[in-house]
Amino acid sequence: MRRLLFQALVRPTLTEPLGQGDEAELAELGSHLNQATRARLGRSLSIRVLDAGSCNGCELEINALSNPFYDLERFGLRVVASPRHADVLLVTGPVTKNMRDALKMAYEAMPHPKWVVATGDCSVDGGCFAGSYAVVGAVSQIIPVDLTIRGCPPSPSAILRGLVSLMSLPINPDMPK
Amino acid sequence: MSSLTTLTGQLVEEHNPWPRLLVSTEIWQEAIRGLVEDRWTLAGLWGDDGGVHMALAAAADLRVLSLPCPDGHFPSVGLLHPPAIRLERAITDLFGLVPLGAADTRPWLDHGHWDLRTPFGPRQDGSEPEAYTFLAAEGEGIHQIPVGPVHAGIIEPGHFRLHANGETIVRLEARLGYTHKGTEALMRGSDLDRAAKLAGRVSGDSAVAYAIAFARAVEAALNTEAPQRAHWLRALMAELERLANHLGDVGAICNDASFSLMHAHCAALRERVLRAAHTCFGHRLMRDCIVPGGAAHDLNVAGMQTIHALIREIRAKFPGLVSLYDNTASLQNRTVAAGILKPGLALKFGAGGYVGRASGRDFDARRDLKYPPYDRLSFDVPVFQEGDVNARVWVRIREIEQGLSLISQILDGLPDSPIRADIPSRTGEGMALVEGFRGDILVWLRLGEDGKVERCHLRDPSWFQWPLLEAAIEGNIVADFPLCNKSFNCSYSGCDL
Repeated sequence: MRRLLFQALVRPTLTEPLGQGDEAELAELGSHLNQATRARLGRSLSIRVLDAGSCNGCELEINALSNPFYDLERFGLRVVASPRHADVLLVTGPVTKNMRDALKMAYEAMPHPKWVVATGDCSVDGGCFAGSYAVVGAVSQIIPVDLTIRGCPPSPSAILRGLVSLMSLPINPDMPK
Repeated sequence: MSSLTTLTGQLVEEHNPWPRLLVSTEIWQEAIRGLVEDRWTLAGLWGDDGGVHMALAAAADLRVLSLPCPDGHFPSVGLLHPPAIRLERAITDLFGLVPLGAADTRPWLDHGHWDLRTPFGPRQDGSEPEAYTFLAAEGEGIHQIPVGPVHAGIIEPGHFRLHANGETIVRLEARLGYTHKGTEALMRGSDLDRAAKLAGRVSGDSAVAYAIAFARAVEAALNTEAPQRAHWLRALMAELERLANHLGDVGAICNDASFSLMHAHCAALRERVLRAAHTCFGHRLMRDCIVPGGAAHDLNVAGMQTIHALIREIRAKFPGLVSLYDNTASLQNRTVAAGILKPGLALKFGAGGYVGRASGRDFDARRDLKYPPYDRLSFDVPVFQEGDVNARVWVRIREIEQGLSLISQILDGLPDSPIRADIPSRTGEGMALVEGFRGDILVWLRLGEDGKVERCHLRDPSWFQWPLLEAAIEGNIVADFPLCNKSFNCSYSGCDL
């Protein structure tokens, strides 16, 4: 283990450096996200992920956000275990009817201000499962959605990009101050 | 295993590549007796219009028995052979067919939210959620811990009811069905393009394996063969998928034992695999890259170089991680002797993949059924006897090593040919059993005159693994549940469909 830890100290970090090529996008995302987040909340953004019946493809890519390449937490974005700790509900899946109540309850458990991001084609309009007796379809049919991220599944960088654009949305006027 | 030839019936024509027989109730009962006596393994049990099908496997031989149910019921398999219980409950929910004598008549997929009942059977409008009674555990000091359907991590939804005495788990029961999307109903009447897309979305982590299984079933039904190069490309994608998932799992299991160093390193390697897949095939999970008739993406020289580089990197880095796993006492303390699955149960349930192979069940569809190109590749199937979390990690480690060798062999032997053959539009019945990273996936389908899907059933390996988690967890402490659960890594969406 010592050797591995030592190598980790002397080898360059895997986390993609800011400001180059494909990485430029991530870099810009980083500073943008930090500023916007601070302006809105003055702290890091807590995300609760909720699978409303996805095929688990979206979960794989959301999980990838925590790997050393994307390192979600350097942007102040953090995945939390309870909706009561969350600012953002990141929902995947075509909202199966068996998950409809759970989705509603998780949303209602979140404190204001809160945002909902529908992630993946299924969550936007039901995707290829639209029309089934067992699915509702879009997440927006159940709870208000602030942003949709397309893709089947969206890539980790697309999800990061989405979270940034969320922070540029105007504040909901109905939101309690 | 004895021969399936004792099971006789009226042979159904146009069913490939294994025979399907219309059988009498007596033969159906004989099949159940054979299951009870471990003479053969249950490979699947599913409903159809007016009847039920049971797939049986004895070594490399497979057979489908079909029992017509004119009165809407059939002799319960689950009564004597527990692996069939949840499959039967699903049949009742979807088709309204009743297993006579079944001990467990609770609904499984139908939670009372669909606004209709038996979507495949005599559809009835309206349904109400009913209280769900979990199996009981009684005794002084026993308390219940309900978990889910929404979990704390980034995982799929399902409910776990734990009965515990202090820290010790007395009984675990899972209630699934939360991700039921009606996939099989959507497939009915779909053309092959749409059905292939749906098959690739049954379980996202097995997109490739499902796509291969579906494509092979279609090709069997239509008596066509994909071009050679397509077989090899499919195997390349399947091995990349296995590699990515096993790397992710090894890291995630260690992470559930609070050893995040391993998780970080494995996740980085997994990301490399997904990026290579994206470079070669245009999609990180290689979704929709395999179609009935062949493959949708070819591999060019640049792609081959990308994969060669990937193999070199994993070969250089992975051995260090293996010795880190093997030499960290605090980690071994968590994984060794935790969540032991007894070999007898793994055999009884026909558990596939790392769950079965960590408990002595020596089955791998790639080796035993020799579907192309695995008949031309050389590889070992690692089998362990211990059945604990540690053994399930080691199966994965050995399969990663085998996978690297397989990928090298595939790159070296990739034949030149077209990658896609034309698919005729006609009727037929086909079946395929394909080894995904989690175990063997069964796809059975019947195509109509117009070439569209009349009925397609997709059986995830997790059907025969979820119940075993419940057995393996007994007597372990509550804090080890996530660890044991991750070592099984069953699919929710794959079973819920």
